[in-house]
Amino acid sequence: MAPTRDVAIVSFAQSDHRRAASDTNEVEMIQPVIHGALDKIGAKIADIGFTCSGSSDYLAGQAFSFVMTLDAVGAFPPIMESHVEMDGAWALYEAWLKIQAGHADTALVYGYSKASPGDLPRVLSRQLDPYYYGPLWPDSVALAGLQARAMLDAGLITEAEMAGIAHRSREAARGNPHAQIKGSAPIDQLLAEDYLSDPLRVHDVPPITDGGAAIVLAAGDRAREWVDRPAWIRGIDHRIDSHNLGARDLTAAPSAKLAGEKAGIGAGAVDVAELHAPFTHQEKILTTALGLGGSTVINPSGGPLAANPVMGAGLIRLGEVANRIMDGEANRGVAHATSGHLLQQNLVAVLEGDA
Amino acid sequence: MADEKSGGTPLLEASLVIEYPFNRTTGPVIGAFLTGLREQRVLGIRGVDGRVVCPPTEYDPQTGDPLTELVEVGSEGTVTSWSWVSNPRDGQPLDHPHALALIKLDGADTAMLHVVDGEVATGDRVRIRWADEREGLITDIAAFERIA
Amino acid sequence: MPPADTDTDRTVSEMPDGLWSMPQPTVPAPIADVAEPIQRIRVPASMHYRYTPGTAPTRFLLGLAEKKILGERDPVNGDVYVPPRGMSPVVGLPTTEQVELSDHGSLAAFCVVHIGFGVNAPPTPFVSALVLLDGAATSVYGTLLEIPIEEVRIGMRVEAVWVDDAELTTSFENIRYWRPLDEPDVPAATLQGHM
Repeated sequence: MAPTRDVAIVSFAQSDHRRAASDTNEVEMIQPVIHGALDKIGAKIADIGFTCSGSSDYLAGQAFSFVMTLDAVGAFPPIMESHVEMDGAWALYEAWLKIQAGHADTALVYGYSKASPGDLPRVLSRQLDPYYYGPLWPDSVALAGLQARAMLDAGLITEAEMAGIAHRSREAARGNPHAQIKGSAPIDQLLAEDYLSDPLRVHDVPPITDGGAAIVLAAGDRAREWVDRPAWIRGIDHRIDSHNLGARDLTAAPSAKLAGEKAGIGAGAVDVAELHAPFTHQEKILTTALGLGGSTVINPSGGPLAANPVMGAGLIRLGEVANRIMDGEANRGVAHATSGHLLQQNLVAVLEGDA
Repeated sequence: MADEKSGGTPLLEASLVIEYPFNRTTGPVIGAFLTGLREQRVLGIRGVDGRVVCPPTEYDPQTGDPLTELVEVGSEGTVTSWSWVSNPRDGQPLDHPHALALIKLDGADTAMLHVVDGEVATGDRVRIRWADEREGLITDIAAFERIA
Repeated sequence: MPPADTDTDRTVSEMPDGLWSMPQPTVPAPIADVAEPIQRIRVPASMHYRYTPGTAPTRFLLGLAEKKILGERDPVNGDVYVPPRGMSPVVGLPTTEQVELSDHGSLAAFCVVHIGFGVNAPPTPFVSALVLLDGAATSVYGTLLEIPIEEVRIGMRVEAVWVDDAELTTSFENIRYWRPLDEPDVPAATLQGHM
């Protein structure tokens, strides 16, 4: 099915990300974000044709939590809605499909989590193969460390480069009022720290974050009614690699490369890219896979190293690129989201403003 | 159980344990591999291009084709990557600091994820330390050890 | 042909022609000959959380510790929701006004449970109930005791049975169960739409 409708991001809102939103439940945490995205363009739920969210019950330890979160939307009389047990970026993909299929002209998408109640690196082990990996309860940081080690062994990155990515990202986050971590110690100080999980140091890993984001999508003229300069989704695609970590070349992300090609990255200049690389070494894997470099600004928001609300961080990358296009700061951008450990599954979107 | 205060309203907190008993069927391929572990033997499976996948999967990781030829591989191998677990968590195979590692057993062309009890580097030779009591789980391999 | 499932009395039959089935793998000799091949594994998963209920549920729980049932009011249509989650499910806006509700209500729905579940389930059969408290728009869940099951009917009046004052905590378990009130039934039609 070739996409025929022009669909754009017309609004984006996110929470002020923090380590633990212990005073709010998920409903209270995400409601201001959802209504923030609607209020920005003067939209109401009645204007929304389809609602889709991304979240995971395992994070807060609450079954059917996403059903309760619909209280934040105001879902009565009943609305057409769906949910993915994945990052909100994939909820956006489903909403985009819904609009392409002609079942809606507008969509509300949100992604969020409260990971603070649990032990996130342990909880994330439940994503792994249940026979061969799950019973070992490998934590997400040590797993990422395997990939970083492979990069280091292959001479594809150095610890200094990793620290450089951490430093650049968190310094850039000073300009992001929503970021959890703003600012970084100098690189030599970062490198002097002990390892958290050799070869990863604390600065190489993302923070644990409670938070979320919401986006409004609209098709064609509807988008132009809401904003002067919609961020058009020119291409969007997602692919997945094997979950057999031992059968993969961990220094590459073929699914990201393929998704980028199918989304059409190469069709023009890329002013800005927001990459969902929770670990420093993964940014290098992605810039290589997506063919980014040169004058492209990478993660001006600070990226997931500055705020990483699981299930929301990928959606935020789409929103951050969209904002910069809607503001006129950029004309064409790439947003990437990942799912699973070690960049197993990747979504790439190419966004562009009107010429 | 009131905890810290937030703007005057005490924060409540309750301990919550989510437990699942999970009783999973294995199918004939994974079942054969786990049977092998109980017998202190390791099986891999031959992929479409002849390379041996270990632990075995029912399908080729590249092409997705169904695979059927299980073959025995060695119980010694080479570390292809590692990271250090400084603070082990519940359920992990060892309760003291250890390495998480990818190990390519002799005769296999893909790596197994497991732990090495002790410091290790890429390229090191390691061997399986079998659990005293084995029941057909990946943890029948208690850990790997460096071969001095 | 796969072996019969010996854990239950189910049999496993061959699949009809035309359906794809997994080819049987060839297993090397020493393992193929093993008497009890592995066919299933027990892999329990246990995760610990420090659950935080959020602002509105916290207010509700603090009220329960004082033997009060506090609902919260919809900012647009005035309906009172209990237990409150902090947002009106109709408009998605915060509920901020607390309303103390009576612990008397009407039975909006019920079900007779014959299969107990969980360690805390009452002896079966028991009546699982949705009670619409006076003044509320949504019902609370509980169990209904002190009445023969065949006499339970929608619209009957009920009241909460609380734990002793010394046992009150920040928990909905302060309400042990519900029991009949000696008052005339309310018409079932008035309870529609309030589950």
